[in-house]
Amino acid sequence: MPESAVLELKDISKSYFGTTVLKGINLSVKPGEIHAIVGENGAGKSTLMNLIFGMPVIHDTGGFEGDILMDGQIVKITSPRQAMELGIGMVHQEFMLIPGFTVTENIKLNRELTKPNLASNILGSSMETLDYHTMREDSRRALDKLGLAIDENTFVSRLPVGYMQFVEIAREIDKKNARLIVFDEPTAVLAESEADHLITAMKLLAAQGIAILFITHRLDEVMDCSDTISILRDGELVKYLSRNETSVDEIAELMVGRKLERGHLPPRQVDPDDNDLILELENFKVKMPGEQVRSFNLKVRRGEILGLGGLAGQGKVGIANGVMGLYPADGQVIKDGHALKLNDPKAALDAKMAFVSEDRRGVGLLLDESIAVNIVLTSIEAQQRFLRRTFLPGVRLLDQKAVREYAAKIIKDLDIRCTDPNQPVRRLSGGNQQKVCLARAFSLQPEILWVSEPTRGIDIGAKQLVLDLLVHFNREYGMTIIMTSSELNELRTICDRIALVYKGKVAGILKPDASDRDFGLMIAGKQPVKEVG
Amino acid sequence: MELQMTKGKRISDPSHLRDFYEKFGLPRLIISLFLLGLFILALIMKMDITLLLSASIDRIGMNGLLVLAMLPTLVTGVGLNFGLPVGFVCGLVGGVISMEYNLTGFTGLFTAMLCALPLAIISGYLYAALLDRVRGQEMMVGTYVGFAVVAGMCIFWLTAPFKNPAMIWAIGGKGLRVTLTLYEHYSKVLNNFLVFDLFGVTIPTGLLLFFAFFCWLASLFFQTRTGLAMIATGANPMYAKSSGINTRKMRYLSIVISNVLAALGAVVYAQSYGFLQLYTAPLYMAFPAVAAALIGGATLKKATVSHIVIGTILFQTLLTIALPVTQTVLQGTDISEIARMIISNGMILYALTRNERG
Repeated sequence: MPESAVLELKDISKSYFGTTVLKGINLSVKPGEIHAIVGENGAGKSTLMNLIFGMPVIHDTGGFEGDILMDGQIVKITSPRQAMELGIGMVHQEFMLIPGFTVTENIKLNRELTKPNLASNILGSSMETLDYHTMREDSRRALDKLGLAIDENTFVSRLPVGYMQFVEIAREIDKKNARLIVFDEPTAVLAESEADHLITAMKLLAAQGIAILFITHRLDEVMDCSDTISILRDGELVKYLSRNETSVDEIAELMVGRKLERGHLPPRQVDPDDNDLILELENFKVKMPGEQVRSFNLKVRRGEILGLGGLAGQGKVGIANGVMGLYPADGQVIKDGHALKLNDPKAALDAKMAFVSEDRRGVGLLLDESIAVNIVLTSIEAQQRFLRRTFLPGVRLLDQKAVREYAAKIIKDLDIRCTDPNQPVRRLSGGNQQKVCLARAFSLQPEILWVSEPTRGIDIGAKQLVLDLLVHFNREYGMTIIMTSSELNELRTICDRIALVYKGKVAGILKPDASDRDFGLMIAGKQPVKEVG
Repeated sequence: MELQMTKGKRISDPSHLRDFYEKFGLPRLIISLFLLGLFILALIMKMDITLLLSASIDRIGMNGLLVLAMLPTLVTGVGLNFGLPVGFVCGLVGGVISMEYNLTGFTGLFTAMLCALPLAIISGYLYAALLDRVRGQEMMVGTYVGFAVVAGMCIFWLTAPFKNPAMIWAIGGKGLRVTLTLYEHYSKVLNNFLVFDLFGVTIPTGLLLFFAFFCWLASLFFQTRTGLAMIATGANPMYAKSSGINTRKMRYLSIVISNVLAALGAVVYAQSYGFLQLYTAPLYMAFPAVAAALIGGATLKKATVSHIVIGTILFQTLLTIALPVTQTVLQGTDISEIARMIISNGMILYALTRNERG
């Protein structure tokens, strides 16, 4: 071994509540090396980084297996503070800066340089004066290292967004012992030119002997700057590559990979027809923080299962939320030839559309209410079902008996595992909670069912059940299903077509049997190869 | 969350006992035991238990509606209605109007309520509009709105053109007196309706029936579409929104209903007490009602009619019994009033700190 590794991971495994998210990861980074970690959402990248940085979330959930070695010594990193002391820095996706402080103050936050004064001699070192002069010089040096020509005395709030990232980086390299810096999707929020600048800065840092772990899913950047590449998929390290020996195509293919096999889906009575459209989106825009939809156009055929794929933050999640009136939307939505009134959840429900939210606990459920109430409440409110007349005209009460019977039936049909229909949904497992959400939407007897991330956070067995249910709804009841998912494989197992969303627009529509390479390229915003259907 | 729950189950072998404890809650358990202790003490001191019980039941019926006024706002997630005086003064105005025309008996009572009703609806709507602008701080703002309204009404009591000599200051002939006696008007009409004695305990049937009737109405209301929409609004506003519910409308509605209940509650309170107390008397009306609701087990996340009923019974019995019992035990000291303050305010403090809002 010519050079010893700064950081080495040996056989790292981690599971959350029995769901394995990392399996036997081995990885090592040498000084001055830029090591890229690529993978789809949910591949385990963030967990891996949290682990290296000693985030409390790891230890609160039972720690991990395997060893972390620094310079060949096993280290136990139990807190971010300890990670910092060991010389590990982290640049976050979201900025952790104080806007009302200057660049210098942010860089030196909690590591301020001080000099003694009269008060501190009496009252202790916490009363020492800040040594602004030296602090500024230090900051200047750090900024220069990054090739950044901003004034170190500017307030952070006045900086353009792109520069804030650099302040974070400057803070990391100003730490005297900085040896390894983790960049967690640093370019996600940056414009192209700023991203280029960042890449240059990373190379500069590497040239100074700092090891860099670079998490991203922008394949161009990977090819541009990294020395070595690890590809994660479903918590496993599928391939360790050297940049010189690989290509964008190969990475794309490995990243997507194929795991779930598209089984034999039951046949339909009538196949979807290109001329029989149930829904059209024209120039559709949604303002959903982090998932902006910009000028989205899509035609949905009656009776099909359409997938909406793409990486997090590209806007795929915003579409369903916008159509259903949960986030401010603009543009045209035409259902069965009629324009839908936007920004009105009631109108969307009246148009026979139902939605299973990606935010199960936040939007999908009333956690402390019973399973039965969760299932029927939307039907009561939107369609005035499950109500019985009373002796007073116009006054209708909850029909407990009908609700009980209906809940018992649907619990049986969807195989929701519970003690009884009155159990609060909070006590159900993720998979069963998701089934309650599906039951809620199904009870509305929709023509179009929007499903967002239906298998997020549930275990593999339950995943298959949920997907089977969707196929069942589609085939038996002729529901048109529009399913949003970050897991391409999942979309490819049940969808008829998959629209890939990039930067709030349709990057292209692929058949589920298109090649891994095409999918991999398209989600990364590379040229759409060919369009179908 | 799920993990903790399974853990909890493993630790406890007699799980039904633990379930009961968890359902009933520590505060209610303590209060109940304390109450039991007071009763035993009262027995030992050879006090008149029947008298104590009569007084307790009387106070339960008297305060019930005011506590019930907490329910709608709790359910929709607006929080405890600390602005209870807003509705309360509407009830007082109704009471005063009815008195002005020398109406007596049930006519007087229901006229007072009918007059209070539109006032409560209008002021409730305005109050709701205000609270809607300060989302997340409804309880604090409500407290001060309550204080402000009481202060503002002092001017009204002084300047309102009432003429009935039984009501206005004897000297000067202008402005309402601080305390108006209802003895010749509609004092205790509800209390005395079908009143009977049970083992020496006086049961104010009409008063209890009236409270029970409103509790029944409330429990029915929360089974209607609107009531269920309110529950959804409080439990998860996003769920409610995605179900096509206008959450803002539900919040408005809950505040108006709460205000109306407070107004009716004020009339009931006055008839049972036998006096209309004006000026600064309504200032602290909200706190006992809030404490009662919280003792009953209502939280900022979940509240039901049973919480209100249990809370009213526990809290009012406690207050009624604690006073004479402690007075007898600790001769000459006024510890009971202090204890009352500690219990009611301490209860509010405890419950509010336990209930961090999402």
